[in-house]
Amino acid sequence: MESLSNRKKVVSDKKMTFWESIYLPAVLGGMWITFKHLFRKHNVTKYPEETREFAPVYRGQHVLKRDEEGRENCTACGLCAVACPAEAITMVADERKKGEEHLYREEKYASMYEINMLRCIFCGLCEEACPKEAIFLTDRIVPTYFERDNFIYGKDKLVEKVDERIDISKRQLTGKRPQKS
Amino acid sequence: MLEKIILIVALFSVTLLIATYLTLAERKVAAWLQDRIGPDRAGPWGLLQPLADAGKMFFKEDFIPTNADKWLFIIGPGIAMFTALLTGSVIPWGPDLEVFGTTVELQVANVDVGILFIMGIVSIGVYGIMIGGWASNNKFSLFGAIRASSQMISYELAMGISIITIVMMSGSLNLRDIVEDQHGFNWYVWKQPLCFIVFFVCAMAECNRAPFDLPECESELIGGYHTEYGSMKLGFYLFAEYINMFISCAVISAVFFGGYNFPGMDNFSGNTLAVLGTLVFFGKTFFFIFVFMWIRWTLPRFRYDQLMHLGWKKLIPIALVNMLVTGVVIAALSGWFSGEKPKTAEPMQTKVKTEQPDKRLSMNTNTH
Repeated sequence: MESLSNRKKVVSDKKMTFWESIYLPAVLGGMWITFKHLFRKHNVTKYPEETREFAPVYRGQHVLKRDEEGRENCTACGLCAVACPAEAITMVADERKKGEEHLYREEKYASMYEINMLRCIFCGLCEEACPKEAIFLTDRIVPTYFERDNFIYGKDKLVEKVDERIDISKRQLTGKRPQKS
Repeated sequence: MLEKIILIVALFSVTLLIATYLTLAERKVAAWLQDRIGPDRAGPWGLLQPLADAGKMFFKEDFIPTNADKWLFIIGPGIAMFTALLTGSVIPWGPDLEVFGTTVELQVANVDVGILFIMGIVSIGVYGIMIGGWASNNKFSLFGAIRASSQMISYELAMGISIITIVMMSGSLNLRDIVEDQHGFNWYVWKQPLCFIVFFVCAMAECNRAPFDLPECESELIGGYHTEYGSMKLGFYLFAEYINMFISCAVISAVFFGGYNFPGMDNFSGNTLAVLGTLVFFGKTFFFIFVFMWIRWTLPRFRYDQLMHLGWKKLIPIALVNMLVTGVVIAALSGWFSGEKPKTAEPMQTKVKTEQPDKRLSMNTNTH
């Protein structure tokens, strides 16, 4: 058969020559290679103290955005939950009462919004599905816990604080159309 | 008597300390060879890591499997540890020390059959592994134990033959005599490089270290003979391994690299020489420990048939031929073939040494 690439190699099990069969040259050669690595600079990032730069397309822990006036963008339409292939998202919709206009942007909002981080596969389909630019994936890492319950993130962990906004402007490939500015 | 007790306690604690820090050194060397940093969280540069490991070992549950033979299960690590610690007693750690007018020999027991004693104790060490693996009542443990014992028995032969070559050259089994015989830079490794290589490979196999770590290969036997062990019993096995490594490196540097002898040692005398000699000896030992680790993190593991092939078909014939050639050369140099018989059998060694050390060296290397 004609070979498909020029990297084809014929495997042979021919007898070792005497020089090869005493192993020592090969052993010393290998030791020379490792010895050279002894003086090479390490390429370790000491994780908790220093973090590696994330790619702009990195998909980490989710955030539920607020608009400029600090109102939640989410209207509990449920499209993210529908889009989610891992079925990690649950929500309960509620109606905005009088006097809550400063909290929620539209008449409907999510009174409960939970993402199970153990089920989530961080595919980013939720942010792609979201019509209100409410949910985004960020470059934050979901920490580990000893209990499973801790992995179910409610609104307390997902919605960004009014005074501590999460910057997602550097995110790329969120599936959104470029905003007109 | 008192100085012996002090020496024993000192040797015991130094051996344990070195073995403790070898665990850290192993991880550090591995890291450096693989472009990593290694453990650095516990204390500065990870210097407290061995303590953390020991603390973890101590506080784990001391577990004995239901179907294990209880007493043998406990005795196994004990034998391994005991034999590992015992071998250090006959090694001459340095020249004589003068303390308060008395001469102190830096050797716990100056046994006349020193090197034989070490070989014997090392052979008993197989029992620790064999009993441990058998008593666990686990097929992987048994596999590991069988591999360990067959490997150690096979390699002991070549090791013994290469030691006999050295014993023929020095004319004594006493380790101190062997070391004294290599005064200055007159080390045996220059005269017997082949013998050294055989001994080195066998020592590595005796220590069950990579590339001869078949008894405990994690990838095939999930730990080998200590699969079922936990807590400090496992700690004993791992510890015994590191002590064995330390002792075999000490033996290698004593037998082949002149022990506490170093070039230019005649310029010193008395206690200065003793301290310097001891430091030199430990320096050589640590160098060989580094080489052991270096080899471990370089070479892949041997296959079982390759292991047996190397041991029986290569090392033993090489060691035998080397021994034969050495014997013939020694006999020729002491005048056995020139018609005149030596006066007695005993002084031929000393005669050779005083008369023609250079000629013997050249002849010996030619024959290889």
